[in-house]
Amino acid sequence: MSEPGSPVVVRALSKTFGKTRALDNVSFEVRPGELFGLVGPDGGGKTTLFRILATLMLPDEGSATVLGRDVVKELWEIRARVGYMPGRFSLYPDLTVEENLTFFASVFGTTREAGYELIAPIYRQIEPFKDRKAGALSGGMKQKLALSCALVHRPEILLLDEPTTGVDAVSRREFWDLLGALQTSGLTVVVSTPYMDEALRCQRVALVQKGRLLAIDAPGEVGGRFPGDLYAVRGTPRHALIGVLREFPHAVSVQPFGDTLHYSDARTGLGVAELTAELATWTSARGIHDFDMQPIEPGIEDTFMALMGGVAE
Amino acid sequence: MRPLLFLLRKEFLQILRDPAMVRILFMIPIVQLVVLSNAATFEVKRSRMHLIDRDRSEMSRGLVDRMTASRRFEVAERSDRVEQGNLGLMRRTVDMVMVIPPHFERDIVRTRGAHVQMFFNAEDGAAAGVTSSYAGVILTRYAGELGARLQPMTALAGARHEAPPGRGQPRVEVRSRNRYNAELDYRHYMVPGILVQLLTIVGTLLTAMNTVREKEAGTLEQLNVTPVSKGVFIAAKLLPMWIIALVVLSIGLLVAKLVFSVPMEGSLLLVYAGAGLYLMAALGIGLWVATITETQQQAMFVNFALLLVYLLMSGLFTPVRSMPEWAQWIARVNPMMHFITLMRAVMLKGAGVMDVARELGVLVVASVLVLSIAVRQYHKGAH
Repeated sequence: MSEPGSPVVVRALSKTFGKTRALDNVSFEVRPGELFGLVGPDGGGKTTLFRILATLMLPDEGSATVLGRDVVKELWEIRARVGYMPGRFSLYPDLTVEENLTFFASVFGTTREAGYELIAPIYRQIEPFKDRKAGALSGGMKQKLALSCALVHRPEILLLDEPTTGVDAVSRREFWDLLGALQTSGLTVVVSTPYMDEALRCQRVALVQKGRLLAIDAPGEVGGRFPGDLYAVRGTPRHALIGVLREFPHAVSVQPFGDTLHYSDARTGLGVAELTAELATWTSARGIHDFDMQPIEPGIEDTFMALMGGVAE
Repeated sequence: MRPLLFLLRKEFLQILRDPAMVRILFMIPIVQLVVLSNAATFEVKRSRMHLIDRDRSEMSRGLVDRMTASRRFEVAERSDRVEQGNLGLMRRTVDMVMVIPPHFERDIVRTRGAHVQMFFNAEDGAAAGVTSSYAGVILTRYAGELGARLQPMTALAGARHEAPPGRGQPRVEVRSRNRYNAELDYRHYMVPGILVQLLTIVGTLLTAMNTVREKEAGTLEQLNVTPVSKGVFIAAKLLPMWIIALVVLSIGLLVAKLVFSVPMEGSLLLVYAGAGLYLMAALGIGLWVATITETQQQAMFVNFALLLVYLLMSGLFTPVRSMPEWAQWIARVNPMMHFITLMRAVMLKGAGVMDVARELGVLVVASVLVLSIAVRQYHKGAH
């Protein structure tokens, strides 16, 4: 079933907190050298999944292996080989940049110098501030330091839980460039994010919501899982257009995307021209002008919205 | 062993870098010793007396002179009527009333015995008791001077009882000597106890705060994904606090010696041995608090609640033997009480190992027990 050497294999994993089902029968595999993304809203179960993979939490049911080792029985072998970055900044704020790095290298039984080559592209950016207390760094620099600390012992796999939450747009882009470079060098990276634009930079993404895995595919392919056809609709006034379209009896979803609305229809096999005419009539009767409608390829976000709607029901 | 060394280095780096910590280390011992040992005393410095001298004789004046000469009493008010004295007690302008009856001198000369009546404001029972015993001592001494029996008719305000003057009863003279603290210097008694309380605060509170801080900052989670085992983590948390507490003890002992001239009759080594053992229990309690709390604030609250019970049930401020039976049982399992007993015995009496063997035994059992419960609890809390 599983490919030999899959760095992460998750089988029917479940975890419950009180009445909340944080993970519900989740199964997936990560391929060697892959940049694998877990995408979904907050509270969807991503962090629980990471904590189980990082051996910080025991699953209720199911099993998981990281680098071929069981997360319950062989946790010490996993801990020595994994680089983990929790969602919240978790370094010592009262230690300097350099002291943090030295400390985390030392507890893994290595030195800062030994791991320098791997972390150099990242660490060089924060090295000018190496005598500054970690607590006094900006959000972006904190994340780079945390990544350096997670990499300094040359792990075989990186687990990053929402590494860019609360980080400015420029730093986010830089951070993902670094992840791309790490992945190119052969490191397996599992990363979670609530941002769709970041999901696009992964090789494969899994959509996670309410403890369930909704789809796993390349970001480009995820769009193909969109049920039905999708149209980009324009019209003025735009705020009125949303309401008018949602009142249309056959509308499945109407979602604002940038300056357009993404519309999908319940009926299949309907011609574009036919539908356009029908909607033009419907909207103009309700005070909308400059109506325009084009069929478009569904993206990952459209699919996600559609899948989420399915779970919500 | 190597990971432990790295963790220890990190701990000391953080502790010594924290300016608050350094202040705590040096200021707490000094401030606590100076303030507490001077303030927490049962000594009654000077009682204000309402004097009603109905005899106005040489002997009655002599008594008043002896009272004031002791510097324990001063005559604040005088009158002829007991009602005036009661008013003074009520308004708190005086702490006691002394009534010397008419014929005081005559009675002494004729019967070699006389009455003196005293009323004390016993709102603070302990203070009234102390004042009345001071007065009793002065009376006895004066009577000795006169070769007569002077019997105080002591009445704590509200409940007066009079004893008839005993005629021709045999006189029993008690000569007492106070051993181990001959001057009855209250501070000699308090300082060892306050040193113990210091160790408790440093050991328990700082351990709990320092450990829970890692939880709060999320660094504990980051450390848990490293090959550092829980045992090593706990050792790295407790060992620095153990050393720091012993440093605090050393500073405290130095202050006790230099500022209060508290004697060190016994072996300093025995004091440190007891402290080392006791600290293991104190640190264990701190660790346990850290396992049941999530933030430093919570840890602080739980700690203070615990410390209060701990202190009250330790015999530091009130003797254990005067507690009700159930409280004595709590005190008996309180390692702090045993350590205070040990400290007082070694410092003031020069007790040796065999003299405090029971206390040492209790401390060994307590430290092993508390520490293992805390470590177990810690393991249960984190996977």
